[in-house]
Amino acid sequence: MGKTHLKMTVNGKDVELMAEPRQLLIHVLREELNLTGAHVGCESSHCGACTVDMNGMSVKSCTVFAAQAQHAEITTIEGLGSPDGLHALQEMFKEHHGLQCGYCTPGMITRAHRLLQENSNPSEEEVRFGISGNLCRCTGYQNIVKAILAAAAKMNEMKESA
Amino acid sequence: MNESIPPKEERMAALSGLGTSRKRVEDARFTQGKGNYVDDMKMPGMLFGDFVRSPYAHARIKSINTEAALSLPGVHAVLTAADLEPLGLHWMPTLAGDKQMVLADGKVLFQGQEVAYVVADDRYVADDGIQAVMVEYEELPVLVDPFKAELNDAPVLREDIADQSEGAHGPRRHPNHIFTWESGDRAATESVLSEAEVMAEEMVYYHRTHPCPLETCGCVASMDKVNGKLTVWGTFQAPHAVRTVASLISGIAEHNIRIVSPDIGGGFGNKVGVYPGYICAIVASIVTGVPVKWVEDRMDNLMATAFARDYWMQGKISATKEGKITGLWCHTTADHGAFDACADPTKFPAGFMNICTGSYDIPTAYLAVDGIYTNKAPGGVAYRCSFRVTEAAYFIERMIEVLAIKLGMDAADLRAKNFIRKDQFPYQSALGWEYDSGDYHTSWNKALAAVDYQGLRAEQAERLAAFGRGETRKLIGIGLSHFTEIVGAGPVKNCDILGLGMFDSCEIRIHPTGSAIARLGTISQGQGHATTFAQILASEIGIPAEDITLEEGDTDTAPYGLGTYGSRSTPVAGAATAMAGRKIRAKAQMIAAYLLEVHDNDVEWDVDRFSVKGAPERFKTMKEIAFASYNQAIPGVEPGLEAVSYYDPPNMTYPFGAYVCVMEIDVDTGTTEIRQFYALDDCGTRINPMIIEGQVHGGLTEALAIALGQEIAYDDQGNVTTGTLMDFFMPTAWETPNYQTDFTETPSPHHPIGAKGVGESPNVGGVPAFSNAVHDAFKSFGLTQSHMPHDHWRIWKIANSLGLHD
Repeated sequence: MGKTHLKMTVNGKDVELMAEPRQLLIHVLREELNLTGAHVGCESSHCGACTVDMNGMSVKSCTVFAAQAQHAEITTIEGLGSPDGLHALQEMFKEHHGLQCGYCTPGMITRAHRLLQENSNPSEEEVRFGISGNLCRCTGYQNIVKAILAAAAKMNEMKESA
Repeated sequence: MNESIPPKEERMAALSGLGTSRKRVEDARFTQGKGNYVDDMKMPGMLFGDFVRSPYAHARIKSINTEAALSLPGVHAVLTAADLEPLGLHWMPTLAGDKQMVLADGKVLFQGQEVAYVVADDRYVADDGIQAVMVEYEELPVLVDPFKAELNDAPVLREDIADQSEGAHGPRRHPNHIFTWESGDRAATESVLSEAEVMAEEMVYYHRTHPCPLETCGCVASMDKVNGKLTVWGTFQAPHAVRTVASLISGIAEHNIRIVSPDIGGGFGNKVGVYPGYICAIVASIVTGVPVKWVEDRMDNLMATAFARDYWMQGKISATKEGKITGLWCHTTADHGAFDACADPTKFPAGFMNICTGSYDIPTAYLAVDGIYTNKAPGGVAYRCSFRVTEAAYFIERMIEVLAIKLGMDAADLRAKNFIRKDQFPYQSALGWEYDSGDYHTSWNKALAAVDYQGLRAEQAERLAAFGRGETRKLIGIGLSHFTEIVGAGPVKNCDILGLGMFDSCEIRIHPTGSAIARLGTISQGQGHATTFAQILASEIGIPAEDITLEEGDTDTAPYGLGTYGSRSTPVAGAATAMAGRKIRAKAQMIAAYLLEVHDNDVEWDVDRFSVKGAPERFKTMKEIAFASYNQAIPGVEPGLEAVSYYDPPNMTYPFGAYVCVMEIDVDTGTTEIRQFYALDDCGTRINPMIIEGQVHGGLTEALAIALGQEIAYDDQGNVTTGTLMDFFMPTAWETPNYQTDFTETPSPHHPIGAKGVGESPNVGGVPAFSNAVHDAFKSFGLTQSHMPHDHWRIWKIANSLGLHD
């Protein structure tokens, strides 16, 4: 099958690659760019394990063609925080036991990150609604919600002190 | 006194040992997307294999034409049963003593069954290949109802064993009958029932569902033809058992097989079994000479690998007029699907279903289970429960409610009246188990007080009155459950899987500078073993948990163990960890005594060091002892500081708990809202309260899913109607409530640290609590029993059938 030349910005870096028209964004990220943080859980947009940020919106990359990401700006879990300095969300997920098997975590944190860009001071209800496109089988969400609220508070504190 | 010794409490805190809510060591990599799951693996030349699956539930295969597929660029091979037959791999043994087709051998027996295996450059090309394989089927009559399996006109499903009157678990009375398993005294129970003052009878159905971990099953198989070694990385909850099974069925010597479980994205029982995907990836790697990956998609997962439950439980329970239970009878029709692939210890074809007397002192009981073949997927795994324990708990907790209705008694009082008393432990149940420890009245009273049970009943009565006056359309349901689990399989004398005793193991090496590595026969799938087992060890050997690396899942390095499922890791491998730690400590004591120039018995353990009795200022810390073990020639003591323990538990452990669910139900829409959920768990000694709470939240949410909507449903042609996450209910953060957790602590008397295991309790106890809440809401309108899952449509139908929409 013929391939298309694609250019996109992933985690702040310009990348170029060749992809088939049918290739999904999640597979390009994971297999061509070796960004294996986002996972495949259902291939039908239900579970959100594949959530990445595309042009300022959360998308489920298992139902986005790579070709649709032409010239897009993409952020994956690998673009948040670093081993030397975890992002507030990453830190709070650990602090509040917001993860167990870790499979949903990259999508969940990436989604939470966008949610907090949209609403920096959400209520519990807004967090629950805001992450309802991301499934977790292990935690029952209670500690995820706690972690996101704690991260919001921390991020607001950091903003104020800056 | 030597002021340089920090106080005991300070030194204990520095260890982060037992009882500490230690933060998880796994999280740094998981939160950064640096986990290593099987589908993350990439190897040079790696190919991708995937299945042609049957669209029919029962059909004969007339032909398979692979020519078009093989002619596609990028397709390397297409395997069928005919290709596997010369290797003897077209069928494989199941964990339940049956055998299962790896690839369809002449016929298919369930929708989604593996028919052919396409090996291609990548998953896209594999899919092209799958579309190009032409299979000609001849449809056969389909059997989906287990109660019709033994009728005269029932189709014979398993022609391969149709004439065998004896199966792995005794006599078979019909070609579609797998086994009858009995427990208890039938004659005595029937006599008690026939003379009972009060008897309640009900059919309790626990529907077919699926563990559905977020990561599906998969593997990468790599046959290195140069050194003759096969390595398989995969989603294995029992890597060592997989190695032995792989060796037995492939003929490859066991030392030439290495099985590795990398990070696993949830298991919940789904990843215990051996699936055709693993076998085909191995064969494909042998055929092609390069690594082959197989990862199922979600539909494959829901349709083909490892269903759970599907027990039709006909129950009778008898009591005196005052509510003292006298007998319990149960006949279960167990729908096992097309192959008996249940994951149970060999001697227990219905698992530990005979824990169905629950938390109650029931003097006489009888249980019979009939396993039946149908045109459904094989499996029968313990979905977040010990073997069939959730079925047992659901059964008894429903029967108690049904009996309470018959007696006109409050169901909470009926439970309290029949609990096994604290002074009766160790307790011999009528169905043969010895409960290790419990204090049910305390947990129950604590739970009822915490939710203000009497207040809730008063509020419920007021609501009913308001409903009667037409002021509201919402009812309140109060769901009670007091469950007793049986976990930690298990004693080698009666527990094995394929002949492998269900012990577990731990091996510890202390490094010269006083840090350590411990390896276990289990494998974490999110439970946080690397965190909690280090805590057990920290308390045993006085080395801080953060200085102890935990490894599991690589059969080349880890000691042999039976893996992680059935809440067995803490009861069995946790015990092995403590025992191995104690061996380390015993040797450390000799080294310390030598260094302190006193007799072995003249030193005593003090948190993280040995001190001379009566002279605490003279001590050797574990760090010092570790170094000495590497650089001192100590007479009669080998160099180094290592230990290994293989632990054969003397008994199972019996965690228990008391749950209360308060639910609001809209009778016009059938929608439910969990207003309050209180969960008290007693899992014996608590290792990490934070992790326990996380396990309870997660298990309760899986229970909520099962009770309120999650099912694997079939139409009458055997088509799976819930094969995607659109139809298969998985609760989101929106419909999941906040839970209130609590505990009592009744240690197990036979476990080295008194721990019992907790991962599955919330699922076992949660399902009856949610379901009982639904039943309770409609009780005063005459509802006694309505089958799960209680989705909105079914609840609406309950309300409708009770005339509440008139």
